Amino acid sequence: MTNRTLQFKIYRYDPDRDDAPRMQDYSVEVNPVTDRKLLDVLVKLKSQDDSLSFRRSCREGICGSDAMNINGKNGLACLTEVSTLKSPVVLRPLPGLPVIRDLIVDMTQFFKQYHSIKPYLINDTPPPERERLQSPEDREELNGLYECILCACCSTACPSFWWNPDRFVGPAGLLNAYRFIADTRDQATSERLDDLNDPYRLFRCHTIMNCVDVCPKGLNPTKAIGKIKELMVRRAI
Amino acid sequence: MSYSNIAVRKFDAVIVGAGGAGLRAAIQLSESGLKVAVLSKVFPTRSHTVAAQGGVSASLGNSEPDHWTWHMYDTVKGSDWLGDQDAIEFMCRKAPEVVVELEHFGMPFDRTDEGKIYQRPFGGHMSNFGEKPVRRACAAADRTGHAMLHALYQRNVRARTQFFVEWMALDLIRDAEGHVLGVSALEMETGEVSIFHAKATIFATGGAGRIFASSTNAFINTGDGLGMAARAGIPLEDMEFWQFHPTGVAGAGVLITEGVRGEGGILRNASGERFMERYAPNAKDLASRDVVSRAMTTEINEGRGCGPNKDFVLLDITHLPPETIMKRLPGIREISIQFAGVDPIKAPIPVVPTCHYQMGGIPTNYKGQVVVPVGDEPNVPVPGFYAAGECACASVHGANRLGTNSLLDLLVFGKASGETVVEDLKQMPAEHRSLPADAIERTRERLERLDARSGGESEYETRLALQRVMQAHCGVFRFKDKLAEGVEKILEVEQRVGKVAIKDKSKVWNTARVEALELDNLIEVAKATMISANARLESRGAHVRDDAPDTAERPNGRNDTEWLKHTLWSRDGNSLAYKPVKLEPLTVESIALKTRSY
Repeated sequence: MTNRTLQFKIYRYDPDRDDAPRMQDYSVEVNPVTDRKLLDVLVKLKSQDDSLSFRRSCREGICGSDAMNINGKNGLACLTEVSTLKSPVVLRPLPGLPVIRDLIVDMTQFFKQYHSIKPYLINDTPPPERERLQSPEDREELNGLYECILCACCSTACPSFWWNPDRFVGPAGLLNAYRFIADTRDQATSERLDDLNDPYRLFRCHTIMNCVDVCPKGLNPTKAIGKIKELMVRRAI
Repeated sequence: MSYSNIAVRKFDAVIVGAGGAGLRAAIQLSESGLKVAVLSKVFPTRSHTVAAQGGVSASLGNSEPDHWTWHMYDTVKGSDWLGDQDAIEFMCRKAPEVVVELEHFGMPFDRTDEGKIYQRPFGGHMSNFGEKPVRRACAAADRTGHAMLHALYQRNVRARTQFFVEWMALDLIRDAEGHVLGVSALEMETGEVSIFHAKATIFATGGAGRIFASSTNAFINTGDGLGMAARAGIPLEDMEFWQFHPTGVAGAGVLITEGVRGEGGILRNASGERFMERYAPNAKDLASRDVVSRAMTTEINEGRGCGPNKDFVLLDITHLPPETIMKRLPGIREISIQFAGVDPIKAPIPVVPTCHYQMGGIPTNYKGQVVVPVGDEPNVPVPGFYAAGECACASVHGANRLGTNSLLDLLVFGKASGETVVEDLKQMPAEHRSLPADAIERTRERLERLDARSGGESEYETRLALQRVMQAHCGVFRFKDKLAEGVEKILEVEQRVGKVAIKDKSKVWNTARVEALELDNLIEVAKATMISANARLESRGAHVRDDAPDTAERPNGRNDTEWLKHTLWSRDGNSLAYKPVKLEPLTVESIALKTRSY
């Protein structure tokens, strides 16, 4: 396998230096063996231009740091196969959140929505001496929910979240809300449903399904949102 | 940039690091009503605990009989008797309590048919003092660390813990009497520096696996706590002991959990042979990690490796039912497809031993207090300073850590350090001790150096050089000459580190500056490792050298007469000192020295 040259157009903005954002062109020699993932190439680019800023940590798709908009679609740089990318590769920060610098966005609003759903187990009975029991079947209900890595690919791909990031919980927050609703050990289902029964918090989801399309962990927030809606209907009748 | 107007923020306690240990400590402090600040370079759920896969050990006995004394025996044996038996007893006794607590916090453990926490076999976990494998690893599929880190963060959200996210702690602040008074820290978004002035400082900064070229560790694992401690005159303990995990994906370094072998996976060489039967007839593929890594390296060195370059072996689970793989090892399947290009249901995974875990660290006792030698007393607490998790050395892992004992370490010692701080603060005056006039000097000097220098060594190239020296001179097998040469080379790298220049001078989210500051920490860890390894003239656990071979007189090359002791490396003059291993547990009888075999 031989090296190939890949062109990049990367969103650059440093408020300390730039008046306005710009797209910067880069050209990089890609080694198909050592530069398999987009993150490998970004690290290489950074070794040539140390001002290029992006978040990264685990480089294996579990920490959720390196979410960005890659050729128009949100994804994790560390899980994006370079060979699948069309040249020039256009990299932008996640859409819909304020840019701090280059590919780094301000995630305050995203986490605020996550925190708003009370993302912790609520069970006010005195904790037993041993574990609370849960059948394997009940535990399985949490699959496809607890694996969320809070990378924000989904929420920042959601037009409803772009329009109302302060009022719509967004797909990531709602997926996590359902993670606790679905947990047989959690006793706050009714309060959780009350909290979400709001024209904005839950019902801004118009099943556009961008969230499902971009989730790097293959999760399905739309389905979780559907289940919350279903529980609300069932509760009403 | 000027660093003259430094904000001072006052807290009862400051915790540096928001991985498993930091978050567990934070719960203890926040729920006690203390004013606590938790600093983290990354959003808490991005800490490297998130990448742990296989499980957390506790003798719950949910599937078959188990006992904490068996767990203790396995841990002491795993440590090759270098672990302190008081701390090991403490950890193994506490394990069921902290794991059950974690379940109560909401951790989505897998379940047995009875609804209890699911437990799987793991390397070195045996019943009845080494007899046969036992199911002790409590698991959430193969995403235990992720599930645990999120559950701990969520509990902190409930406790309204105050986080300082994307703040990098830079230096430890001590006064003339040696009391620790907090840290200086950089807010990445603004480039501003603050002093976090605290009565108690807990380091939970994780490991430094990034000193090696091939590592399962995240980019952020740069040993910041160790660097800060070393610069502030705290010695580092047992830094020669690094765990090479048997199964990192060949080429990529990404971890494949030992839980794969716990679920029945088998290691094979080029001829398809299950070679572990020759090295560990009893435990086979589930022998301790150091043993398996050496066996794999021997297979590769002797020409029985796989692939065109014969440079890896295969981890085979193709004989397992696909349902088991999908249910118990779904994350591994994803990783194999992503990083090895193989679906493990259909084909075996190419793996190599990969640097994974640092057994040594900042010396502590089992309460989480940082301890240093004073006069004849080897373990005197440093007032106001605590450490827990991978950055600390309690020492529960000794010369080799058992799989799943790391997540347990985070829970037990995260909690214990929090509890100790709560108690110690009751004895302290209500007022904070005054900050010394030079509190920010070291930090200022480091930052101004980077701001001022326009040309010099590239941070990237220098870091690579450091990693290559460590990899070539201090790997799975160690050689007398290579180690001696390694010491020279790493001291040369240190010279380069002192000349690193960055081009980016921006205040805002300057990752070049952060990486250069991290390199200051990596070099301290690298020196401590190489110099300690060069000096330890025996083989023990993960430290195996050619001039201390397996002989009848000294099985496995271990030399208890001269080397049953902890190393203490000090930055000042790269000097070494030693202190005794604590062979006395807290309540039970000492586990007597024995030759280690699996």
